[in-house]
Amino acid sequence: MKVGLFVPCYIDQLYPDVGLATVNVLERFGMEVDFPATQTCCGQPMANTGCNDDARPLAQKFFKVFHLYDHVVCPSGSCVAMVRQHYTHYTHGNAEFESLTQRTFELCEFLADVLKVEKIHGTFSHRVGLHQSCHGLRELRLARSSETVGNSYSKVRQLLESIEAIKLSDLQRTDECCGFGGTFAINEESVSCMMGQDRVADHEQAGTEVLTAVDMSCLMHLDGFIRRQDKPIRVMHVAEIFDAALSSCSEADTVRSEDALTATERTS
Amino acid sequence: MNHATQATAFVANDERAHWHDSALWFVRSKRDKCAHALPEWEDLRAAASEVKMHTISRLAKYLEQFEVNAKKLGVHVHWAKDGAEHNKIVHGILQKHDVKKVVKSKSMLTEECHLNPCLEKHGYEVVDTDLGERIVQLREEPPSHIVLPAIHLKKQDVSTLFEKHLGTEAGNNDPQYLTEAARGHLRDKFLGADAGITGVNFAIAETGGFVVCTNEGNADLGVSLPKLHIACMGIEKLIPRASDLSLFLRLLARSATGQPITTYSSHFHGPIAGGELHIVLVDNGRTEILGREEFRRSLNCIRCGACMNTCPVYRRSGGHSYETTVPGPIGSILAPARDANEFYSLPYACSLCGSCTDVCPVKIDLHNQLLTMRGKIAEKKILPWSKRIQMRLTSSVMKRTWLFRWAGGIARWIMPKLPRFLVYNRFNPWGKQREMPPFPKKSFRQLYADRKRNRQEDKPK
Repeated sequence: MKVGLFVPCYIDQLYPDVGLATVNVLERFGMEVDFPATQTCCGQPMANTGCNDDARPLAQKFFKVFHLYDHVVCPSGSCVAMVRQHYTHYTHGNAEFESLTQRTFELCEFLADVLKVEKIHGTFSHRVGLHQSCHGLRELRLARSSETVGNSYSKVRQLLESIEAIKLSDLQRTDECCGFGGTFAINEESVSCMMGQDRVADHEQAGTEVLTAVDMSCLMHLDGFIRRQDKPIRVMHVAEIFDAALSSCSEADTVRSEDALTATERTS
Repeated sequence: MNHATQATAFVANDERAHWHDSALWFVRSKRDKCAHALPEWEDLRAAASEVKMHTISRLAKYLEQFEVNAKKLGVHVHWAKDGAEHNKIVHGILQKHDVKKVVKSKSMLTEECHLNPCLEKHGYEVVDTDLGERIVQLREEPPSHIVLPAIHLKKQDVSTLFEKHLGTEAGNNDPQYLTEAARGHLRDKFLGADAGITGVNFAIAETGGFVVCTNEGNADLGVSLPKLHIACMGIEKLIPRASDLSLFLRLLARSATGQPITTYSSHFHGPIAGGELHIVLVDNGRTEILGREEFRRSLNCIRCGACMNTCPVYRRSGGHSYETTVPGPIGSILAPARDANEFYSLPYACSLCGSCTDVCPVKIDLHNQLLTMRGKIAEKKILPWSKRIQMRLTSSVMKRTWLFRWAGGIARWIMPKLPRFLVYNRFNPWGKQREMPPFPKKSFRQLYADRKRNRQEDKPK
């Protein structure tokens, strides 16, 4: 299966390793990954400021770049939420465009829902704190939010928990916003920073060694405090953890799949 | 006015801001326990939302039905198009009855219409009888929350206030002692009042009756002794049938304070023996919102305050930072819907986390409405020019892949070379408390291209 890789603009420029980890993970699950190099930004910063006229051309660019792919995968819940939930203002009844917005997936939901991945092989022996990025949580519904009532589930947590030797932190507030919020981080600097420091403190009390999320933007904000205050926490995008786990078992896994292959060959 | 400035002042007192956050988080947690105890919670929300949407879609019909049925019960029904007219009507009724002293139970509508200052100007003694409301009234400040008006105050603050106004012992911060002092003080006010004013939580079209919910029983006390009861309600407080009430009473108390039901749900069907009951139906901008499809749903609001308790920004900036009667997420829609120029900053006082939307018992899509409101504010060019130009520039860069790559390359090249003082200064709000992200040598697209090239080279020819 061929997937179009959509890498958020700031990940492209500031966190290239997250993009590479995403490619590795997708390839490990047998995907043929294609990164169309004309892509830039989904337009979320403009749309969230209310400047829809400035976001519209970027939405149209997104359509132009990605419309030929069956699936588009992106290592960000927030950018995917922009495409899937908020592009409705820009599709203007174009059925092909509307269909593309529904074929665009955040990495974890692509693994869980499309590829039906139940287990990430390999080990990652750290205490991991999962930050539930809001747009992934409440717009893409990657997990049951703490406000709503019903069977609890979490696509990201389930994948993380399937990794051997991983331990997940128990937080006091399981899904409170980190306070990044795009331009909110600048416009409301004081509240944004208080929110961020409160999240870091919650992870600290829970013994988090590696702080992860589906959105590097939340982690960029939280990492800003962690580094300023020299806290013993490291941030990693969830794709980087998957990649680390998968590469830890690459040899063993290769052996196993070779075994399987030989077995099939033998029987045929 | 600007929310960020007010919020910065609130956050500056770190200990108090954290205390405020914890106090409201405690209420949110209580709400969670209560909601999660009902497996049918999401069905209740859906049903309540539909009842409200239905009512609003036929508001004129239900209002007239309510008026007819209320009159049958012997109630005087008044209509006010705005706050000024509302205040005039209330003043007129009080004048006619030669009232001097008024007791009020909590009503956000009268706060919205600024009834108290209006009546005080005319020489009436107006006493808010909800404990929290009384506290903020004595402090001569507006409530900071619609359900917990004095949530921004600590017991020490109340003690100092009561010492001054009620003559309580200096330094006695015991909540029991302070509450009893207030109780004694308010009993005298109840006994001496000539008229009682209440709000309305739910008015029922089918019966012409209405319900007022209080935890302190002060609505009952306030309207049982005086012969005159004036109930003030926004026109969106209507529900069609008495049988719809159970739905809302179950949702309201659980969402507001995490109680299974409010302590007193007082039903009023006509005046007390020998008395008069007046209802003032107030529009004050509500039909304006009704006419705007994208914000119509905000009229579902039953004023439970759950969106405030859950809002990470409200909890850390306090109700007064919004400078509007109804603060928090719902207030950040209602206020700019009425006056976008004055309240333009409120929809931006939000990280768009969506917690308010998920907590709302009547399913108002709060965070989406806040986002839509930002669009209106930018469209009307109320958003400061500096912000609009920034977005226009970013968009121009992002439209051109080559320019984006070039700009990114320049930034990644220059940033690591700059001395710290050039990066971290007062022109960089990000860097005030946070480190900047790393600026790697190569972008993802460069590394990806390198990798692709290497793989092709590695391929056996």
